[in-house]
Amino acid sequence: MKLVVNGETLDLDVDPEMPLLWALRDVAGVKGPKFGCGVAACGACTVVIDGMAVRSCSLPVGDVDGDVRTIDGLVRDGRMHPVQKAWMDEQVPQCGYCQAGQIMSAVALLEEIPHPSDAEIDDAMQGNLCRCGTYPRIRSAIKKAAAAMPVTLDAET
Amino acid sequence: MGKILRRTFLVGTGVIAGGLAVGFYTGFRPHENPLEAGLADGESTFNPFVRIDAGGKIHVIVPRAEMGQGVTTTLAALVAEELGVGLSAVEVEHGPAAGAYYNSVMLEESGPYPVFAKTLLAETTRALSGATGRLLGLQVTGGSSSVRDAFEKMRHAGAVARYLLLQAASEEMGEAVPDLLIEGTEVVSASGERVSLGVIGPKAALIKPPSDLALKDPSEWTLLGKPQQRTDLLAKVTGAPIFGIDTDLPNMVYGTVRMSPRLGAGIRSFDMAAAEAMPGVIKIVRMDTQTGTGFGVIAENTWAAFQAARAIDVEWEDAPYPDDTNAIMEVFRGRLDSGAAGSSYRDDGDVEAAFADAPADLVLTADYEVPYLAHAAMEPMNATAWLRDGKLDIWAPNQAPTVIQTVCAGIAGIDAQDVAVNTTYLGGGFGRRGEVDFSIYATLMAMNSDGRPVKVTWTREEDTSHDTYRPAAAGRFRARVDADGAVEALDMRIATPSIIKSVGRRTFPSLPTGGPERLLTEGAFDQPYTIPNYRVTGVETEMPVPVGFWRSVGYSFNGYFHESFLDEIAEKTGQDPIEMRIRLMSAHPEAVMVMKKLAQISGWARRLPDGRAKGVAFTLSFGSYVGEVVQVAQTPSGIRVEKVWAVADVGRALDPGIVKSQIESGIVFGLSSALGQEITISDGRVEQQNFYDYDAMRIHQCPEFEVVILENAETIGGVGEIGTPPSIPALANAIYALTGERIRTMPLGNHIAFT
Repeated sequence: MKLVVNGETLDLDVDPEMPLLWALRDVAGVKGPKFGCGVAACGACTVVIDGMAVRSCSLPVGDVDGDVRTIDGLVRDGRMHPVQKAWMDEQVPQCGYCQAGQIMSAVALLEEIPHPSDAEIDDAMQGNLCRCGTYPRIRSAIKKAAAAMPVTLDAET
Repeated sequence: MGKILRRTFLVGTGVIAGGLAVGFYTGFRPHENPLEAGLADGESTFNPFVRIDAGGKIHVIVPRAEMGQGVTTTLAALVAEELGVGLSAVEVEHGPAAGAYYNSVMLEESGPYPVFAKTLLAETTRALSGATGRLLGLQVTGGSSSVRDAFEKMRHAGAVARYLLLQAASEEMGEAVPDLLIEGTEVVSASGERVSLGVIGPKAALIKPPSDLALKDPSEWTLLGKPQQRTDLLAKVTGAPIFGIDTDLPNMVYGTVRMSPRLGAGIRSFDMAAAEAMPGVIKIVRMDTQTGTGFGVIAENTWAAFQAARAIDVEWEDAPYPDDTNAIMEVFRGRLDSGAAGSSYRDDGDVEAAFADAPADLVLTADYEVPYLAHAAMEPMNATAWLRDGKLDIWAPNQAPTVIQTVCAGIAGIDAQDVAVNTTYLGGGFGRRGEVDFSIYATLMAMNSDGRPVKVTWTREEDTSHDTYRPAAAGRFRARVDADGAVEALDMRIATPSIIKSVGRRTFPSLPTGGPERLLTEGAFDQPYTIPNYRVTGVETEMPVPVGFWRSVGYSFNGYFHESFLDEIAEKTGQDPIEMRIRLMSAHPEAVMVMKKLAQISGWARRLPDGRAKGVAFTLSFGSYVGEVVQVAQTPSGIRVEKVWAVADVGRALDPGIVKSQIESGIVFGLSSALGQEITISDGRVEQQNFYDYDAMRIHQCPEFEVVILENAETIGGVGEIGTPPSIPALANAIYALTGERIRTMPLGNHIAFT
């Protein structure tokens, strides 16, 4: 079956029932999205499809309708995405395992709401668990990225 | 020598002693530099921490597990500081598993003494326990010990490397050493001449370093003591494949495990025909090991392995412990009732006499309980193993590579020298990854995969229900106060299982275990309070539910016991809880300064509007003095944790930015447990399975933080775990102040509603 990942069309020989996460990681070799829970409870596997943050562990690959964006494709022409830059500036990651998912959720949030309030950040980000407790820095990095991003940003799908 | 060793251990560390002695005994020879063997042409090394490649790039070996605590930054900075280069000039790598990377500090505080005890016996015990880590080549990340252990030796490694490189460059360039500088991959002279370190390195390696090389005075530091940019940031914001679960090898197969949910129980009957017939399944292996019994599924991808594992039809034997949580806790309660003597690591004055004549109205008693807890690291347990030509390679996010090397060599029936352990980045550790189970299972599956590498990933459900849990504990406490509020006597009895014995049984099962254990009462017996009659007794409780090291270990529950009960005493005697603590800790000025600073930054004396309240707690752990105030608020959707103030005296903060983030991290970890975490058992099985029934704090629940770091303590303290212990009682005490309900059983969320 065909799957578009980070702008590239892949032809995968895969059971359509396989969750997108495992098709990406084990079959396509795209390792950015992480496995955390398998039931859409932690957000480590978050990817963006049509501007929406999606938990790839719980979406059968056969049901994917749209281009899949993962953290692996966020750097473009050697330049980091403003969200990644803000994550660097605020030194957000500790162990770092959840951060690919956190960053993709933040990307989807800022594409929908360029200047989110604290409540909007809470709503968009509470599906992403961080056991290291980097939440205060995640919040400030989102605000920093919001300030740095163009007012309107085309979803790159 | 064997006898001396054993005795050393019994003084220092109780049981871990005998266990590791057999696995690691290598005599008193200095450890070899493990980098020598792997040098490519044109490369050089001067000690186990520095390697120069042919292009002149400096590689710094940071032989501790990076699990977020920042070792790949701070330990690398120790070497870079003395080399005189910036952090961006060095390449950081973990390096091989080797005895040269022993950790001596972790064991130093394993004796029955508070960290501030400086008696001859306490100091001798520390020296002997510390030497044991070195003797056994114990490469372990834990006990908040990485910086303390590396502080001298890694700075020294940098100083030696600098000396040798400049000496060799001086000869090569005909310039005096003071006119030379290391810059990037080169040595640069005052006259602007440049030579690659790749050229200088092999010559430098032939020079004998002086034995008395002076280290920089802290006033000369340019990196240490200042916040650095973490060396692992770029990889972590770009989703780089740095974790164990990202391991990718040629011709690799995938796997998972399904182990007995009744921990320690075997298989009664099974049928795996249906599972074996599923698409993508290559082989199912029965596993009967020291850490568990069950099945390993080898498949063409992880998802196929998950599906097949679920499809194995199996009936498990009965658990070796009571069937449900209440029956288990009854055993703990029974130990408290039993009058068992236990071990009293603190026994000041005459506690029995102090209570014998006490009028009832001056005595306060309370029973407390805490549940088992899971680590719930974000990256589920996993390991990749490849057995070929009699050599075993393991890739694992782990905290104890030399232990894995020894144990897995035994499993595969080969020599430890033929096992290479590759330590990846860890998606959280919290103590769980010091275990050997995930590596044992991967090794067994690699022995059944026809020479192909196999990556074995546990499901979240398997991870949650097969943890090595923070032990449950029950405490019975009493205090006697006098009419004007002074604390005359404090007596604490704590029933909990031995962590060391549990770890020992599954890591080195053939070795004997014994001896009292500090972990039972640390956080209660070793606090800087002076009370005339003061006794803290650990009553070891036999309970075969596997228990292990969980961020802050014994401090995680004894801190709650001690500091919540102190709050009760303050309440009964009508004292302010900060002022009372300051009086009791007056013999320890560092502790007093922490509490005074805490009172100041938290505005402790200010009255709060109705519907808001604060609680306070203090715990000395891992050599650091930490006080915290938690503020809670009643909101329409429940109680909200609004803000946490923390003051930590860590002696010396080598990277204040990382120290601050570790303290916040420890607090979130502690508060997460207090809000709602609890591992319960029913039908002999752990009931919790995934984040939907074992959750942790989320962004919308996270408080604001204000952290102040002090550096008054004489010695460097740990950082990775110290935020956790006081956070739990500070929250419980705040809840009491808000609601008037004294909650003595964790988690608090079982009694009240949080947002």
